[in-house]
Amino acid sequence: MVTEYGPVSIWSVVVALGVLTFSIRASFIYLFGRIDEVPDRLSNALRFVPPAVFAALAVPAFVAPEGAIAVVGNERLVAGVVAAAVTWYVDDVFATIVVGMGTLWILRFGL
Amino acid sequence: MSRVRIPPEIGRGLRDAAPVLLGVAPFGLVAGAAAVDAGLTPLQAVGLSVVVFAGASQLAAIDLFGSNAELLVIVFTGVVINLRMLMYSASIAPRFRVLRSWWKSLCAYVLTDQAYALSIARYADEELDPTERRNYYLAVGVSLWIVWQSCTILGIVAGARIPDAWGLEFAVPLVFLSLLVPAVSSLPTVVAAVVGGTVAVVGTVVSVPFDLGIIAGGVAGVAAGVAADAVVGGSGSTSEHGGEH
Repeated sequence: MVTEYGPVSIWSVVVALGVLTFSIRASFIYLFGRIDEVPDRLSNALRFVPPAVFAALAVPAFVAPEGAIAVVGNERLVAGVVAAAVTWYVDDVFATIVVGMGTLWILRFGL
Repeated sequence: MSRVRIPPEIGRGLRDAAPVLLGVAPFGLVAGAAAVDAGLTPLQAVGLSVVVFAGASQLAAIDLFGSNAELLVIVFTGVVINLRMLMYSASIAPRFRVLRSWWKSLCAYVLTDQAYALSIARYADEELDPTERRNYYLAVGVSLWIVWQSCTILGIVAGARIPDAWGLEFAVPLVFLSLLVPAVSSLPTVVAAVVGGTVAVVGTVVSVPFDLGIIAGGVAGVAAGVAADAVVGGSGSTSEHGGEH
């Protein structure tokens, strides 16, 4: 899909996300001495951000690529399962992309 | 190293970073290609990479631009993804305490998962002085930055030439998948991922307003992970939390 946003909207997001991300990175580096560590409960919760957010970003694209849950005839689900198996065994971004895209192309063009 | 005038910790940082740079390259290519694929201009795509310089949040933003999500939701989703860097900032802050403000800003700007992980491992050597620590960190951080920007540009050039039928946008969830699998390392993290993924799928199917499905999935997943962790009582990689609830 292609964005319908104009340059002003896109640049606003780029700048806002950039400033906020820099603030997160700089936070303790600048505040050290005043606030020395992340409160325990917050750091405990932050540990679960990667699995929760990466799953929320990835899973719908495989399970419901067109907006409805699809299993039969869903080439992306098949490619995703194959790619997940590859990640599990080799843990390599490049291998995951190559195998996932390759499987998609075989299903789409090759069979 | 003696014949070359590169400070030793810079040389060491570059050597340690080399394998990591190889791993970052395909991720950067996807970030560039997906950005033009979603309708960003090449300049906007480079801008996103330079200004934000955080791959997972860039890809999420690109994805949400493509589905014309609310602008605030795009920013908020990216911020949630980058919140984990609070931990890195807190953990590495004591090592940068004596640096001048300008160096602190540069160090903060190039703070990434990889720069953090390699530097913290290197700092186990307590013999290093602050300048050596900074040199090592910046060697890793800046080399990552250069490779990331170069690969983004390559991705922009390549992505603009690849036909739509190839479904290049599918590389984005594949990258998230390759980040997800290693993040799932204990029962509570599995619970966080299952709940996060399920809520996001439900959100997609019922088309929740403003594309809030990812945020809802993230928040629900974190809550479920915390709850599961409390029940299991801190398995595996968990730090000690005593009897807290």
